Amino acid sequence: MISKVIHDLDEALNGLEDNMTVMFGGFGLCGIPENSIAAIRKKGTKNLTCISNNAGVDGFGLGLLLENHQIKKMISSYVGENDEFERQMLSGELEVELIPQGTLAERCRAAGSGIPAFFTPAGHGTEVAKGKEVRIFNGKPHILEHAFDASFAFVKAWKGDETGNLIFKGTARNFNPSMAMAGKITVAEVEELLPVGSLEPNAIHIPGVFIHRIFKGSAFEKRIEQRTVSKRN
Amino acid sequence: MALDKNGIAKRIAKELQDGWYVNLGIGIPTLVANYVQDDIKVEFQSENGILGMGPFPLEGDEDADLINAGKQTITSLPGSSFFDSSMSFAMIRSKKIQLTVLGAMEVSDQGDIANWKIPGKMVKGMGGAMDLVASAENIIVAMQHTNRKGDSKLLKKCTLPITGLNCVKKIVTDLAVLEVHSELGFVLSERAPGVSVEEIVSKTIGKLFVPDNVPEMSI
Repeated sequence: MISKVIHDLDEALNGLEDNMTVMFGGFGLCGIPENSIAAIRKKGTKNLTCISNNAGVDGFGLGLLLENHQIKKMISSYVGENDEFERQMLSGELEVELIPQGTLAERCRAAGSGIPAFFTPAGHGTEVAKGKEVRIFNGKPHILEHAFDASFAFVKAWKGDETGNLIFKGTARNFNPSMAMAGKITVAEVEELLPVGSLEPNAIHIPGVFIHRIFKGSAFEKRIEQRTVSKRN
Repeated sequence: MALDKNGIAKRIAKELQDGWYVNLGIGIPTLVANYVQDDIKVEFQSENGILGMGPFPLEGDEDADLINAGKQTITSLPGSSFFDSSMSFAMIRSKKIQLTVLGAMEVSDQGDIANWKIPGKMVKGMGGAMDLVASAENIIVAMQHTNRKGDSKLLKKCTLPITGLNCVKKIVTDLAVLEVHSELGFVLSERAPGVSVEEIVSKTIGKLFVPDNVPEMSI
């Protein structure tokens, strides 16, 4: 068994430096690597280019890195829930690249699959296509998109074992698997860290080969962004 | 009388067919799920990674790990499945989702849609909208016929940044149901109860074809 287990957060972030490109799993606040984000804030790494579908909210998620001025650029599909984000973007402190969500996911998947680039119909005829090669396949225009190149990927899973096999829960899966595959160094934080042999091999979503470091998160707040419920009778 | 949001959603629900997988956007489209006819089975996809999305949870049952693309807490139904974002858009791009319903700021008489960005305002992003409109074969737009200033949202050409070209097939507004035809432009197929053809004509800037008989919609 190859053990991926690390025992403190310094070890988790070993090699993370200013100006790196870093991926963060999660959709909204669902399935975000809360413990790694907190550790990066503490470490104070600056000028990060962050690839993440969203940018957190004020005071939580990537909002914690934003308010500490650690992010130089965000690459996201939707960033609407964050006042500090808006302030930094409008003042020019923060660079933002908005790309279609499916393209974002596929650029992660491609990076983790040894595929340097691909053609997609998404964004053709829009400003997203500017400067990109267009080719017609099956009579329809597609634009060329490239795999991401990220030094680190921080992901969150429900269960993991010591050798890095991961299982996700519900819609907290989202971008985590593709990003886990894509990182040059992938750090997984899990709610339950189990001995090898505890996870049913048929149930594993991401095999441990993609994971370099794994640890049990000490606390998961799992904040809900839009609590919507129906009344009990 | 013009339809309210629920009226628009009810009318769109009549478009659903048995066995369809359906993606509903944020806003009025989400309401469509409340009006599915009893005699058909459809499954709702949310692009953050679920098929078989159920209603909002009961108070106390909400789960932070179970949300829709609008980040609202939801439930899953028997037969539902979870998957990652790349697989979610794989099923969208490979046309496994039979119907996409989304909102819009503007639609052109060529079926172009603009719904993600207003120059000069904070840009939030396109989310999954560009992927959906680029690949979906059946796109219905749910929107008000005019904007808050009273200007038509059905135009010859979109003035706002485009989300996708030549993709919208049908539009259900508070006033009318219109189909997009490559030569005729908007074809007025139904009007809301009590709404006159003249009102719809006066509030539509894009090329509009009015058949001899435009029935009132039944909802």
